Amino acid sequence: MWGRVGALLLRYLYLYRRSLPRSMEIFFWPVMDLLVWGFVSIYFQKVGAPRAVLFLLGGLIFWDVFYRSQQAITLSLTEEIWVRNLLNVFIAPVRIGEVVLATCLLGLIRAILSTAVLGVLAFFLYRFDLLLLGPALLPYFASLLLFGWAVGMSTMAVILRFGHAAEALIWGTPFLLQPISAVFYPLAILPPWLRTISRLLPSTYVFEGMRATLESGRPAMGALVPALALNAVFLAIAGAFFGWMMNRVREKGYLGRLAME
Amino acid sequence: MPPSPEPVIEVQGLTKRFGEVAAVDGVSFSARRGEILGLLGPNGAGKTTTIQLLLGLTRPTSGRIRILGLDLARRRRDILQRANFSSAYISLPFNLSVRENLDVFGRLYGVRDRRRRIGELLELFEIPDVLHTVTGKLSSGQVTRVNLCKAFLNDPEVLFLDEPTASLDPDIAEKVRNALKRVQRERGVTMIYTSHNMREIELLCDRVIFLMHGRVVAEGTPREILERADSESLEKVFITIARGGRIEA
Repeated sequence: MWGRVGALLLRYLYLYRRSLPRSMEIFFWPVMDLLVWGFVSIYFQKVGAPRAVLFLLGGLIFWDVFYRSQQAITLSLTEEIWVRNLLNVFIAPVRIGEVVLATCLLGLIRAILSTAVLGVLAFFLYRFDLLLLGPALLPYFASLLLFGWAVGMSTMAVILRFGHAAEALIWGTPFLLQPISAVFYPLAILPPWLRTISRLLPSTYVFEGMRATLESGRPAMGALVPALALNAVFLAIAGAFFGWMMNRVREKGYLGRLAME
Repeated sequence: MPPSPEPVIEVQGLTKRFGEVAAVDGVSFSARRGEILGLLGPNGAGKTTTIQLLLGLTRPTSGRIRILGLDLARRRRDILQRANFSSAYISLPFNLSVRENLDVFGRLYGVRDRRRRIGELLELFEIPDVLHTVTGKLSSGQVTRVNLCKAFLNDPEVLFLDEPTASLDPDIAEKVRNALKRVQRERGVTMIYTSHNMREIELLCDRVIFLMHGRVVAEGTPREILERADSESLEKVFITIARGGRIEA
């Protein structure tokens, strides 16, 4: 199994080596985001909101973990559709779970690289130290990674079912979740009805925990329990949804159509 | 290696319905070891759906498929380990080099000594100098042959070829046919072959099946079909069938 997962992972890493636009996804766009939000934070600091740098940059870097993780799954499989390689993968003796696992591992690699680059740049440009989060850093990172996997799997299932028409979800889904994940502002800012929805997302607990940790200087580990529990639920639902959708796709013959269009 | 009587592909009562439409309607056939079986028919006859059913990409409404003595519904991965597929309508990632592409698929199929195997196949299809070329920079003839190299990587016992020479000039198409014939002769590979080039079918296939509206309407060696249809070429038989004509069973 690991040989096949490694082969698929290698295929995507070759792609990053060969394709400048794909490499830019890991480095260029996150760095551009960091620059914009970094300068916005400095401005807030000057007008009397000194914690803005911490909260905005922390939110930005952690949001990127979720975004890269989700995109690794969706973009990797969509790439196979774009280059008409999907059938080659699906007629190889590979389990669908192995394909998903390879893309999840790719998400891990992308998120680590992106976070490392952003963390270093944020330190040198804005004196923001990601390590201030202390022991909470890794579980927060893991929680957002897992949520990215769950959202990525669900999005990919819809794309395999509905084809090119659903591709906008690759970029659209994260931005649908961003406002209700309390990434750049506290949960309390949201209207009460939206807070209820927001509390159903693991990402909300991570961003709330991150702000609490940065504010108090003590790791807010309590936020991790609901985050991890919700992640388990989301991953189980996403896995079941993906499996169900793949059955439908095989039933209706969409795979061949999508791959040979 | 001449075709042996041993059936490698057995299809019984295969049906695939999409709503009210039967894309494949009660199709039964078999292919023996080392046989090249042509799957023919006009557009929409059910060839592609049949191949997708044989690859397990689409689930049949009813019927049974056994390949290499194994039930496709239960042992798909075991079958795919010993089979492969190439089509003019799919491709390997254009942004990877030929070596990278074949290396990835070699790993997926668990091919040992991949470097040697890749070298052998590039020689077989007469493109040894493209190894380090990015796939997107190859000519269409080279791309088709690289796709075929991928299809032969795991030394398959069963090969599904969907119009593999569709984009090739006559010279390269002949080279590809010769390579396929050579592999069939030396390795006894069973091939399911679709093409709209009836001359190619006559040259390559041991037996053919004509599909129309998802049903088998004629089956036999190209010579038998020609005799039954009292025709000089498969192309004329094809046109007769496509226009709703019948030939003797």
